[in-house]
Amino acid sequence: MTTRQTASDVGYAPLAIGLILILGLALTIWGAARTTDGPFAIQMYTAMAAFLVGLFALVRAYILPNGEAVRTRYEDGVVKAGVIASTFWGIAGLLVGVIIALQLSFPALFYFEDFGWTNFGRLRPLHTSAVIFAFGGNVLIATSFYVVQRTCRARLAGGPWAWFVFWGYQLFILLAGTGYLLGITAGREYAEPPWYTDLWLTLVWVVYLLVFLGTIWKREEKHIYVANWFYLAFIVTIAMLHIINNLALPVSFANYFSYSAFSGVQDALTQWWYGHNAVGFFLTAGFLAIMYYFIPKQADRPVYSYRLSIIHFWALIFLYIWAGPHHLHYTALPMWAQTLGATFSIMLWMPSWGGMINGLMTLSGAWDKLRTDPVLRMLVVSVAFYGMSTFEGPVMSIRAVNSLSHYTDWTIGHVHSGALGWVGFVSFGALYCLTPWLWKRERLYSNALVEWHFWIATLGIVLYITSMWVAGVMQGLMWRAYNELGFLEYSFVESVEAMHPYYIIRALGGLLYLIGALLMAYNLWRTARGDAPAAVAIRPNAAPAAVAAE
Amino acid sequence: MWHFHKWFERHSLILVVGILLVVSIGGLVQITPLFFIESTIEQVKGVRPYTPLELKGREIYIREGCYVCHSQMVRPLRDEVERYGHYSLAAESMYDHPFQWGSKRTGPDLARVGGRYSDEWHRAHLVDPRSMVPESVMPPYAFLEKKELATGDIANHLRVNATLKVPYTQAQIDNAAADLRAQADPDSDAASAFEERYPTVKPRAYDGDPKRLTEMDALIAYLQMLGAGVDFSTYQADAPENRR
Amino acid sequence: MTFAAASHFAETWGLAFAVALFLTAVAYALWPANRTTFDAAARAPLSKDEDDDHA
Repeated sequence: MTTRQTASDVGYAPLAIGLILILGLALTIWGAARTTDGPFAIQMYTAMAAFLVGLFALVRAYILPNGEAVRTRYEDGVVKAGVIASTFWGIAGLLVGVIIALQLSFPALFYFEDFGWTNFGRLRPLHTSAVIFAFGGNVLIATSFYVVQRTCRARLAGGPWAWFVFWGYQLFILLAGTGYLLGITAGREYAEPPWYTDLWLTLVWVVYLLVFLGTIWKREEKHIYVANWFYLAFIVTIAMLHIINNLALPVSFANYFSYSAFSGVQDALTQWWYGHNAVGFFLTAGFLAIMYYFIPKQADRPVYSYRLSIIHFWALIFLYIWAGPHHLHYTALPMWAQTLGATFSIMLWMPSWGGMINGLMTLSGAWDKLRTDPVLRMLVVSVAFYGMSTFEGPVMSIRAVNSLSHYTDWTIGHVHSGALGWVGFVSFGALYCLTPWLWKRERLYSNALVEWHFWIATLGIVLYITSMWVAGVMQGLMWRAYNELGFLEYSFVESVEAMHPYYIIRALGGLLYLIGALLMAYNLWRTARGDAPAAVAIRPNAAPAAVAAE
Repeated sequence: MWHFHKWFERHSLILVVGILLVVSIGGLVQITPLFFIESTIEQVKGVRPYTPLELKGREIYIREGCYVCHSQMVRPLRDEVERYGHYSLAAESMYDHPFQWGSKRTGPDLARVGGRYSDEWHRAHLVDPRSMVPESVMPPYAFLEKKELATGDIANHLRVNATLKVPYTQAQIDNAAADLRAQADPDSDAASAFEERYPTVKPRAYDGDPKRLTEMDALIAYLQMLGAGVDFSTYQADAPENRR
Repeated sequence: MTFAAASHFAETWGLAFAVALFLTAVAYALWPANRTTFDAAARAPLSKDEDDDHA
């Protein structure tokens, strides 16, 4: 897939990558030989195989002659690979989500006594990591590589290093994901990968930053477009959060288990400083970069207010980092930290909505495009969902509300209105844009399928978040209900029983969302293959679902 | 001076530094004081480091992802205190690397589950949750009973904790492997030596079979000590030493 | 470090610093001389690129 490059362009990069792979190989062999722990050995063998394949690919690309190569202006191969990987991981992550939703709905059917590794506790981190880091991360890496090249008018810096980032990141996902199934976890939400996987990601991430920055350094445009600021904030801050939050001492270098450098209260705050800013910088700043490039591009209009985007940027990154303690209301965390967290969470509403307005108003004067262009509609609706969940979030950070909502499914509903509505839709929109652009096709294979995707997924989101709202509020109220004698009205398990219908509705919502993603994968595949646009696509707004909704 | 931002943009490294500065402020102001302000964690009588068996049980608790459905943090709200017991104190998780407060209660809070049910109840419930609680949505953990507990690296576990300032004595580290077995085998010769090193813990066969050391032993040992250390009949939150 | 000292510092110097930061960002964004730069920058994603046949 790579285009062959001139020697001066590539330099010592293949050699350096080769050394990293050989070193990795040596370390994994050492680890596999030393350990007495089966799962750890499997992880070492997995990484070993990946390093071997990497070495083989490197030799093939740079040592064996492979014919004449065309050098394009932009490095799009790695972006194409990113589009494919995003689609694949998106479906995988959503599928696991549907499975664990079914486990909570029908425990007797979806748990297997002999397959303990399929239990909810191991699959849930697999789901969250697959959708956030595998799907979201690949979307971010792919779009950032696309956007930085176009807005800087420069080819991606570093030659093969971009491919190192791509494949290195896939290895991170593979190790983390198979690790969860094997019972390998660091035991902190959204930071579950073990210490050696964390170290590998750190290396990949530093290279990612350098490739991105290097491209900016080569730019032919004077100004750095604002989307790149958001990408840069995402890359830099995630590096900081990742390194500090994962500080830990392994039991030994041949053991997956490690003890966090922090304990108790300090560990809780560090973890939620990380956890909330994984939302803020991974799932928000990065995807806002997508908004700031793809919405103007697809609508063919400049962003509503570039000035607003600057204030949006600095205000967002300054305020977000403080919001973590709202996850720890009424806990043993000192009160002053809880208050700070809530205050900043509420202030955060302002830049969030500033950004939303900026995205939505980009359409002003071109609202009619929403009727004819389902991809643009998906992008714009994602921004509307962003506005909704960034309103709900500050409300839930108020102590009185949080005392009810915390620990309940309301939180799950809130997360998914952001994840499915905002992150999912803006990513799908970007993938629908990128596929015809990258594979040089006139248009998507079928706009009608995009319509179907949009409406099925929207219905899925509505089912998901409404059922979780009802479930969450009901849980919260049942837990604090008293009878007339002054005793607690319900036992805990009565609240579990009451969740049953809502868990089924939630699973159905998730299933619809997954079906939408499958339609997208089919559509993207046919588009990339260059199949002629389907007949119905001539009238893009002719899909039955769209008509019904108007 | 208003050209300084262009300078930012042209010099992307300065932009990176600007971002780092802006995003560091919040973390510095919120997190670092927790390590220096002395009122963050007050010492409370009864909180002790985990025994080797409990430590292994905690590893299993983490491995199986129990924290994704069970919190370990009772909030000072009337209904929670009545349902679960005294609200959690900061000191009670001071030896938890990492903390396991959790964020979701698909199942009930476990901060004070220790001593609330019998070992036998836990064993039966873990093997088949719905046999004890028909409405439960918890996965079955029968395999814990069939799996021998891996103990080879236990001294390292204690040593690493000691490096992180968990007050294990040298004797506790040196005898970690023996103590681990002794806690689940009350009739063994090592049991009395164990009791000397961990005076508040009574060895017993958690999974009902003293001859086999299984993962079930470890997990139940861990669950049975959760929140049971502090004697709240004598603990006074208003006492000067406990005031924040 | 006592809680009282830390919070006093935050409520005075800390607050002033944060306000100054915010004003700097706003002033920069609204400064009239920057208008042309920003208008041009806003069009960056839209400019046609000979190597891309779309858009």
